[in-house]
Amino acid sequence: MELFSAKNISKSFINHQALSDVNIAVPENSIYGLLGPNGAGKTTLIRIINQITAPDSGELFLRGRRLRQNDVHLIGYMPEERGLYKKMKVGEQVLYFGRLKGLDKKTALKKLKYWFTKFEIQSWWDKKVEELSKGMQQKIQFIITILHEPELLIFDEPFSGFDPVNASLLKNEINGLRDRGSTIIFSTHDMSSVEELCDHITLIDNSKVVLDGEINRIRQRFKLDIFRVGFRGDAEKLNSILNNGYQVLDLGSTSAGHTARIKMHRKDSDNELLKMLLPHFQITFFHEEVPGMNDIFIDLVGRQKTAAG
Amino acid sequence: MQNKTFLIIAREFLTRIRKKSFIIMTLVGPLLFAAVAIGPAWFATMDDREVRVIGVIDSSKLFIGNLPETQYLKFEYLENTGVDEVRASFSETGYHAVLYIAHIITSTPSAVQLMSDRQPSMNIRMHIANAMEKELERQKLAAYDIDNLDNILAAVRTSVNIRTIVWQDDGGEVESNMELAMIVGYLGGFLIYIFIFLFGAQVMRGVIEEKSSRVVEIIISSVRPFQLMAGKIVGIGLVGLTQFFLWVILSFAIITFVQQVFLRDALRPSSEMVVEDMFSSSTLQQAQPVENENTELFAEIFTSLGTINFGVMLGAFLFYFLGGFLLYASLFAAIGSAADSETDTQQFMLPVTVPLILSIIVMMSAITSPDGAIAFWFSMIPLTSPVIMMARIPFGVPLWEAALSGGLLIAAFLFTTWLAGKIYRTGILMYGKKVNYVELWKWLRYRN
Repeated sequence: MELFSAKNISKSFINHQALSDVNIAVPENSIYGLLGPNGAGKTTLIRIINQITAPDSGELFLRGRRLRQNDVHLIGYMPEERGLYKKMKVGEQVLYFGRLKGLDKKTALKKLKYWFTKFEIQSWWDKKVEELSKGMQQKIQFIITILHEPELLIFDEPFSGFDPVNASLLKNEINGLRDRGSTIIFSTHDMSSVEELCDHITLIDNSKVVLDGEINRIRQRFKLDIFRVGFRGDAEKLNSILNNGYQVLDLGSTSAGHTARIKMHRKDSDNELLKMLLPHFQITFFHEEVPGMNDIFIDLVGRQKTAAG
Repeated sequence: MQNKTFLIIAREFLTRIRKKSFIIMTLVGPLLFAAVAIGPAWFATMDDREVRVIGVIDSSKLFIGNLPETQYLKFEYLENTGVDEVRASFSETGYHAVLYIAHIITSTPSAVQLMSDRQPSMNIRMHIANAMEKELERQKLAAYDIDNLDNILAAVRTSVNIRTIVWQDDGGEVESNMELAMIVGYLGGFLIYIFIFLFGAQVMRGVIEEKSSRVVEIIISSVRPFQLMAGKIVGIGLVGLTQFFLWVILSFAIITFVQQVFLRDALRPSSEMVVEDMFSSSTLQQAQPVENENTELFAEIFTSLGTINFGVMLGAFLFYFLGGFLLYASLFAAIGSAADSETDTQQFMLPVTVPLILSIIVMMSAITSPDGAIAFWFSMIPLTSPVIMMARIPFGVPLWEAALSGGLLIAAFLFTTWLAGKIYRTGILMYGKKVNYVELWKWLRYRN
């Protein structure tokens, strides 16, 4: 079931097209990655989802019905450029943003207390934001984003500006939110966090969707039929044993044995390759290389650039 | 939705009135007003407690014993001595100044010098000039050898006092006082000018603060940009009104308190002295009647205080303050949204501040000729009408003019708010871009 979808979204500014005919469909209770190089249109799409700007054409749906202005309380948004009122006290400020999202004062206070206790930051209540460190401010920002328990959470570059410890804390929080039923869209450049967190992704480049789907399927789709084989025996024989459907890309040796990367040119099954090798070598490991999101990203975006150039 | 605009208004209002600067301004403002109102009288009493002696060297021998003395100003007539001798021992004599009258004084009235080691006050100079003019006048008249001269002069002397009556549409008459209307008009216009500038700039700074701290993006994911802008403008406008009322109340309280407690005795004689100083130069009359007339004049001003309709004044002030503020504040908000920092705002500030400053300049001519063409037209143009109309109202303004000016002002602020809203919603999300007028024009045509 889709929680949120955007259909045929286009948006142009005076001298450039920010989004052209973009579609995304975010399944309920998933973590959805929005990827793309700088200036691809990610932030514009996120702003459109948040109804900060309106698309030139296209429609947005939440739970199958059109997104309305009143639905803002169902969405939580943490922008890339974090911002708080510097001179305002922490407690007051979180309360204010909670109420802007439609919580009444009593409920907002109750939820606030819960999160302040959970993060052990009760003592910050009467501090001004400018007295807090950047990491502390990020925590406040996070609470503001989720305080009203939105169904859909949107994080724009959530890990930028976090140190590794806090970044991993945030990752745990995001996973926890998903486990408790939220749906999360986040945009990032950090491909390792995409592999770690995302169930689905959309890759936007140059205002268009160039790739989308379930992350594991995508990685399968982009695999290059390269197998990594560990074996013991006479490595010299390897080339003569393999028929011309195969090509040895690399061959490395250590005292523990040899490792080879073998490319399969024909669509044989993996077993065929094993069958050929088994009589001659003692196999220590055998697995297929699945490309990382980083490789896929560079491959696709790079290709676009070359095509454009 | 309305509820959220209210939240924004409340935040803007509460965070500002709790600021130290607001509290300080609220307390210092009335002290300044009170100082301006009471200060001159206070200083006059201080100043004139000191007895000053002027040494007079009169070569013409016409004025010896004839210069009128006051409680604090005495004359000593020096004979058989010259200016150079007095100068040599000036500090020992204890004189405040030395007056030298040449013997040709009757034919050359400028042959008088007042010499001192410091600058003698204007009051002293005027007092002496006056006294000498009268004395010369008296002596010249005496030369005609007219019988009963003093009686004739007393009979001839007439003081003309013009009362101004304004005919009302309902057939009634209202006595007005030009001077008072000028003062009230000037004060009203000036207050509006100050308030628009002060609080309009606060709106601009608030917008820039939200933009540069990037709070704005979170807020407008919850409310529409227009709500944020309107909430900010209304919230700050309320801060301005609150400050105004606190000022009025506190100023009255302080002035009344000081008058009752400290100046009850001092103020009475001293106010007459100030008045004497102010008016004696122009009235050319002898000391006794001058005082009587001044008290009359004051009584007149106080009675005509009643002729100024303070209900109308207050209503007009509130209307033109709010109208003018909304008009300018939305422009200031638009400017703030187009800038990344306050230094970026200058090119856009100029066209907004010029009409505001112009209105203060035009106000000067409007209060001397409140029904002239300049006053009329500038009180119709919405960018200047808050200040100019405010200055005209104490003189009485035809109802249709007030209605037209008010209507135009309302139409204008609706228009600028709409216009500013369009610039604002694009501007607040635009960073690191040098914005010019062409760019603003493009923003106006965006569909968001």
